[in-house]
Amino acid sequence: MRRLPAMTATATSARSDLSELGRSETALRTFLHGLPGVDQVGAEQRAAQLGTRSIKTTAKAQAIDLAIRMVDLTTLEGADTPGKVRALAAKALRPDPADPSCPHVGAVCVYPAMVPYVAEVLRGSAVHLASVATAFPSGQAPLEVKLADTRAAVAAGADEIDMVINRGAFLAGRYQEVYDEIVATKEACGDAHLKVILETGELATYDNVRRASWLAMLAGGDFIKTSTGKVPVAATPPVTLVMLEAVRDFRAATGRQVGVKPAGGIRTTKDAIKYLVMVNETVGPDWLDPDWFRFGASSLLNDLLMQRTKLTTGVYAGPDYFTLD
Amino acid sequence: MFEYAPAPESRSVVEIKPSYGLFVDGKFVEPADGGSFKSVNPATEEVLAEIAEAGSGDVDRAVRAARTAYEKVWSPMPGRDRAKYLYRIARIIQERSRELAVLESLDNGKPIKESRDVDLPLVAAHFFYYAGWADKLQHAGFGADPKPLGVAAQVIPWNFPLLMLAWKIAPALAAGNTVVLKPAETTPLTALLFAEICQQADLPPGVVNIVTGAGETGRALVEHPGVDKVAFTGSTEVGRAIARSVAGTRKKLTLELGGKAANIVFDDAPVDQAVEGIVNGIFFNQGHVCCAGSRLLVQESVADRVLESLKRRMAQLRLGDPLDKNTDIGAINSAAQLARIRELSDAGSAEGAERWSPPCELPERGFWFAPTIFTGVTQAHRIAREEIFGPVLSVLTFRTPAEAVEKANNTPYGLSAGIWTDKGSRILWMADRLRAGVVWANTFNKFDPTSPFGGYKESGYGREGGRHGLEAYLNV
Repeated sequence: MRRLPAMTATATSARSDLSELGRSETALRTFLHGLPGVDQVGAEQRAAQLGTRSIKTTAKAQAIDLAIRMVDLTTLEGADTPGKVRALAAKALRPDPADPSCPHVGAVCVYPAMVPYVAEVLRGSAVHLASVATAFPSGQAPLEVKLADTRAAVAAGADEIDMVINRGAFLAGRYQEVYDEIVATKEACGDAHLKVILETGELATYDNVRRASWLAMLAGGDFIKTSTGKVPVAATPPVTLVMLEAVRDFRAATGRQVGVKPAGGIRTTKDAIKYLVMVNETVGPDWLDPDWFRFGASSLLNDLLMQRTKLTTGVYAGPDYFTLD
Repeated sequence: MFEYAPAPESRSVVEIKPSYGLFVDGKFVEPADGGSFKSVNPATEEVLAEIAEAGSGDVDRAVRAARTAYEKVWSPMPGRDRAKYLYRIARIIQERSRELAVLESLDNGKPIKESRDVDLPLVAAHFFYYAGWADKLQHAGFGADPKPLGVAAQVIPWNFPLLMLAWKIAPALAAGNTVVLKPAETTPLTALLFAEICQQADLPPGVVNIVTGAGETGRALVEHPGVDKVAFTGSTEVGRAIARSVAGTRKKLTLELGGKAANIVFDDAPVDQAVEGIVNGIFFNQGHVCCAGSRLLVQESVADRVLESLKRRMAQLRLGDPLDKNTDIGAINSAAQLARIRELSDAGSAEGAERWSPPCELPERGFWFAPTIFTGVTQAHRIAREEIFGPVLSVLTFRTPAEAVEKANNTPYGLSAGIWTDKGSRILWMADRLRAGVVWANTFNKFDPTSPFGGYKESGYGREGGRHGLEAYLNV
């Protein structure tokens, strides 16, 4: 197999200053509706095609470790308790107690009220602490409440905030309102990284996914994230593909790199590897890093660990050999 | 970096015999004069098998066997019984598809992901589709009781060996004809495995006969007086010679020849998907596709952006071992074809077009050509006019829809065209004006057994596929 080396430096178009766009509803609308459309059939076909890559042996081992490092280990239940989230945080630090060579995950993701308990466990480690905020998952609360939610989470120790956009305003075409909320939330985050959840399952079209991605990036989001995991349709390969194309084009236009986080519905190693292949062939190695690509998932981690053990030992261990949290 | 480890499909799923005879009257037989040639794996130049070369006596024997089977067994047989055989063949093809896909990639050089995901599913679909017509011919729109023609002589190319066999054999048999088929001399192996499948399906002897050989064998077959129908897919040059030889005889003729299709990208096109369509249009099957989108017509206002995306995408193409499941671009089918691609590409450079390929290491053995685009191409360049039949794209620009139509039609060919735009009305306006047998909108190289396929002008005549495809094999 001869691999064509990644092409270096195609001349990117002159970098443009898009920071003025947020000043007027008209400018935002003109810009977002001027983005090239997405052909649904073509996008889904390309995503499916990337899913047929065959990742074996050494490549698989490499992908599994990378995927583990990219997991945002998540629990977002009304029934979460301090004990439950502490256990999850401990697992984030040492996903496979039997194997010290297993890397830690990217972050733990919880509700704001649970942040202090997770912070105790993660203190001093390289695992990030993400908190959903802004009246997650619906976002249906007054702006002041959303901002207070954000500040509280940061104050309690979260260094990443997963906000939801105002889908109602977006679908009604009130782009300025969505933009301003993201700008305000970003400000409330201070030094914390802002992940902007588009809730693509509610945006209905890939054109909308592309527009919402650009809107979130223009407003200063550090990451764009597919879903809350609380509506029937969560992350899908074609949605993630469209978002990856958006961050790629955004960097070419502005020079700023934005991360991507598919969340919800990614449960198996096979699925995770398909996403990594998509990252590799759509945006390239610059994004193959936990700083730029994450998986929002809970059950995925155990499948990754199971496959990892299979690769090193040659046999599948039963589910009881992996911790349930 | 995320390097994909080798993921080769197992070669051991298919057994290749050291030598193959001719398939005549249900049996493999030795040729009368004992001639033979070799079929090689174009990715390694390794000899795969020794293949019998049919002389005119062998062709005569095959045509006689087909005639007897036609008169005694196949044409008197009720349509529902012919359907039973075709369905059986279709099912066996599905069951043995992995074997057939590996063999096709070995003999042809195409990537296994294409033989597995495109060729073989379409082959089976074609047999299933025409099996369905066998007992419904009176409803096909060709009269109350349409009759078959008799013995069909079929000559097929090397780019989709088994798929072209299916396009030829399935409608012929469904309509009640018997066939003598000659596969291309560089890719005879899947046709010979198909002969085994005919045996496995208990197809009556003589209904399908396969004679292997090169141009002379093909000539003996199409010129044989016992043949009622000639169907050819291949180059326009050979197609012309066949048309001349058939002229004045009772033989009915269909030709599916070359192409120089325009893939037209407007400024409102979905760029990322259009780029996928361009790549699929010209690099699918190493560009060995008669309907390949070998001329990219891109609207000037988005030309830079589209080309930048195209180059970035081309750098992701993986060229190499056709049996590796991650290979996108396989081997060029033969040394002769490689020489032709090189000659035309050199002419492109010499005539002043700008040549670009991604960094690409070619294997030392075998026949390989890096994916290539030429920019700054004008209508007067050879690479804009002649069919290259390789992974070489000529990029031209246009300013208005009318200019796009004019340039797209300014070719002696007319097999296919592609239109990329978000505007539905423009798709219809363009499709009305493009002189091409197939016009794809926001997609390219999509095939389906229900859809007729064929050309305008020097791309040939007659249609294959769909209800229309039956006409070529019925006495109407």
